[in-house]
Order: sequence, then structure tokens, then C-alpha cells
Amino acid sequence: MTASYTRRELMVVAAGREIHDHEVVFVGMRLPLLGFGLAKATHAPDAVGLFENGVIRDRPAEAFIYTMGDPPNIAGAITCLGLLDVMSLLQAGRVNVGFIGGAEIDPLGNLNTTRTSSGGTLVRLPGSGGGGDIASLAGRTVLIMEHEPRRFRERVDYVTSPGHFPGRRRGGPATLITTLGVFDLSPSGVRVRTLHPGVSPKQVREATGFALELPETVPATPAPTADELAYIRTADPEGFWTGDSMKSG
Amino acid sequence: MHEIIRQGRKELTLIGPISDMAFDQLIGAGTVARVVAAWIGNVAGGSGYGFRRAFEQGIPRPIVVEDHSNFTVGLALKAAAMGVPFLPTFTGLGGDIVRNHPRIKPIDDPFGGPAPLAVGALRPDVAIVHVQRADKEGNAHLWGNLGLTVEAAYAARRTIVVCEEIVSEDVIRSDPNRTVIPGLLTTAVVEEPGGALPSSVQGYWRRDFEPFLAYHRLSRTREGFEAWLREWVLELAGRPAYLRKMGDAAVERLRVREQRLAAPANFAP
Repeated sequence: MTASYTRRELMVVAAGREIHDHEVVFVGMRLPLLGFGLAKATHAPDAVGLFENGVIRDRPAEAFIYTMGDPPNIAGAITCLGLLDVMSLLQAGRVNVGFIGGAEIDPLGNLNTTRTSSGGTLVRLPGSGGGGDIASLAGRTVLIMEHEPRRFRERVDYVTSPGHFPGRRRGGPATLITTLGVFDLSPSGVRVRTLHPGVSPKQVREATGFALELPETVPATPAPTADELAYIRTADPEGFWTGDSMKSG
Repeated sequence: MHEIIRQGRKELTLIGPISDMAFDQLIGAGTVARVVAAWIGNVAGGSGYGFRRAFEQGIPRPIVVEDHSNFTVGLALKAAAMGVPFLPTFTGLGGDIVRNHPRIKPIDDPFGGPAPLAVGALRPDVAIVHVQRADKEGNAHLWGNLGLTVEAAYAARRTIVVCEEIVSEDVIRSDPNRTVIPGLLTTAVVEEPGGALPSSVQGYWRRDFEPFLAYHRLSRTREGFEAWLREWVLELAGRPAYLRKMGDAAVERLRVREQRLAAPANFAP
């Protein structure tokens, strides 16, 4: 496999493929934002995106954006509501799929973005944002993570965004996309769906701080198509989000 | 925000959903005792180092955080805006934010449905909102990004409207649906063009991303933060001085000159 695309471009493509046509999507920033635009441009032209600042739009932003509040994400929107309006749509069950990232994850798909002592000293992280709401209320969630042992823990220190738990009303984590592969999540744990090209089962086991269900044969994550790559490189021309040097923040 | 630092205010409580580096700057400058928010960081890089130093090491002073999600901050403000003690929600169930939370409590549904959580009302003393235009009575037109701006204005005891331009009341009355904050809520109107920079204002200013990156780099150390604070806050008299320091070329590069006007709405009776 020649390095004709970056790992983050592959993650964007995997994120985009989690969106089905006609779905209502609670879009996050960074890779999911590109994944949403990619899905719209390819297999899901009638998907609609909600942003927690209140924006609902069914076209990708008109130019590169750093945050969902940037002017190109407002111009051409269907509507600009308030935060409570889009959260109400989420709570009322009108959102099919939401994307969230986390600093730490456990086998039930609980995400921690609040605080951790895993490195020996207390580290304060930024907090939930809308992540806890999406995790609680979306029809299903897709999680996006850096795949490192210190982030994949038997139990997270703090559950910012709840995963699977008894008595959950709706939804829960369905898919996890990492820098190493794509995984199915359920109340019984994490199962490897695909590994990115060049990643071995041993490597993913070593990078995961809990037991994974690893089928005997695991297919490779399908490579981006030329059309998918063309879209990503138009939407992120400098590789700000998808270059290999991107920060994990 | 920077004027709050210059005036040497102390012991403030900050309230917001996803805050940005303005919170980090206020915290780093030692003005803040408590934060009620869903996210405290820097959109450029995640971590807000001023916030982290205060929370992890008590530098320059310890702070207390009341953690929320975006939805629960919004509901707390909305409850105050509506004059009710709490609003029910299903967000957060099964997670740690709502566990032993001072403002979020489990309740029964009096109609026999699944048990929700109650989010208690949160009434700020002051809301500071930035809008595109307002008249001198404080009737404010805002479009584009709304977030929790309207809820904050309705919930607060006093609301300060900062605008790009003060316009005649005819402009406001030409499009009453866009008056999202009626003047009866407004305590003061401030005309401060560019007052939201480096953040964007739809139709007026683009986002200036470089200052977010520069602040992220500098604020990594306390010394770096102090240097930033002197250069960009303490040694400047106010926003006009800030814009002069940016330089005309930089300011003009960010100013939106193109027009994409909404179709007129006919309000003829």
C-alpha cells in the first residue's frame, strides 16, 4: 500500500460511510465535519446536518471553517436557530446519528473528556461541550479517537459521554473509528470490524488497554476512492484537519 | 472581556456553554473564582492552559467548576428566562456530570412517564452579548450564530448589548422578527465595532484564527501568558487601541466587504 492518503483521510472516509442517505446527523467539528460533507458529496446527498450552535444545513460550508460558528457555515444554511432548538430536536428523537470524540474510552463506549489521572497527575480536559448530550440522546453515535493504550482503559476516570448502560432509553455507541481501525460497539463490548491498511491484530491489541473481540480474519478498512479524496482535498486544502501532523487536542 | 481584566475585577463566576479563549484569559488573569460551563478551552488546540493551571495547580488562584453539558447550561438559563425553578430533561442520564450535581437532580414524572432530571434555574447578574446592530433603546438585531445569546439576555438581571453599529429605530422596526433582544431587557448599549474579534460576526468580520494559535502557544507557560496579557490587555486602553495594535492591514483583511443580503420581508399591514 503506497501512502497515497493519510490515516486521517481514511478516518474521514470511514466517518462519512457511517451516514446513510436521508439521515439527520448531529455533526461535530474536525473529522466528522469533513465526513458529513463527504457523505453529502457522494452516497448521502439528502442527509441533513445539525450543529449545536443552532445551525441546520444540508450543504457543506461554503469555504474552509475552523469552528461551526464561522461565517461560511452560516451562509446558505437552511436555518440558524438557537442551541436549545437543536438540542430539543435531539431530545425529541429526531436525530439519527451523532459524532463525538473523546480523550479516553472504555469497553462500554463511555467517553471521558473532563478529567483524568491516568498519567499519575490530575489533568483537566475541556469538558463535555455537546458530547454528553449527543451521547445521551442521538439515535446512535459514532465515536472518533486516537488509538493509544493510555486512552483505551478498562474504566474511564469520569463518564462525560455515557456509553451503554442498563436502562438506557435510546441509542448508544454503535461505531468507533480510530487511528488504527473501525470497531463495532455494543453492550457486550468492542469488536474489531476492520483494521486500517498496514495495521496488525497484534498492534491493535497492544494499543488497547482492555480486551477486544478480534475475529480470526479481519478485513482492511476500504481505501478512499478517488472521488472521496478529491472531496477531502477540496474541503481541507492545507491538510489542517487531515494532514498526518494534526494535533489530537 | 479585556476591560473586565483591566478594571481588576475579582471573584467572578463565568457562565457559558462552549466557552472560548476569552474564558481562559479571564481565568489566567485571576479574575475568576467559579466557572459554570460545558467546555473550557481553545478552539485552536483543545486545552486552555490558563484554565488548566488554575484548576490543576491553583495558579494564579484556585477555581471551582460546575460541569455541565451544552444542553444543561442552556436549560438552566432558559428556566431563569422563563421564571420557573427548573426544567426537565433526559440528557446526561448514565453519566457522571449529573451525579451529585448541585443544580441537576433526579425527579419523578408526575404524569407517570420515565423519570427525568431537573435542571435548576441559573440567573446571571449580567449578560454581555455581541450583536450586529441595535438602536439606542437596546432593541437588538442579531443574525447567524445564536447559540445561547437570547437565553442569556432573558435570564440575566442586567444585559449589556455590544453592537457593531447603533442604528435608528426605523431600521430595527423594519424587521421586528430579527429583534431577538427587546430593549426592555437591555441595561446598556455599547457601540464597539470589532469588539468580538478575533471571533467572527456574520456580515461584519471573519474569524481571525492566528490569534487563537498564538495565544495557545504563548499561554502554555505562565510567563508566556503574563507577556500576552501585558501586550494585548494591560498596556492597551481599550478596543480601539487593540485594533490599532493589530494594524490597518490586518483589520481590513478581516472586514467583510461582500454583500449577500436577505430577501426583503414585506411587513405592510
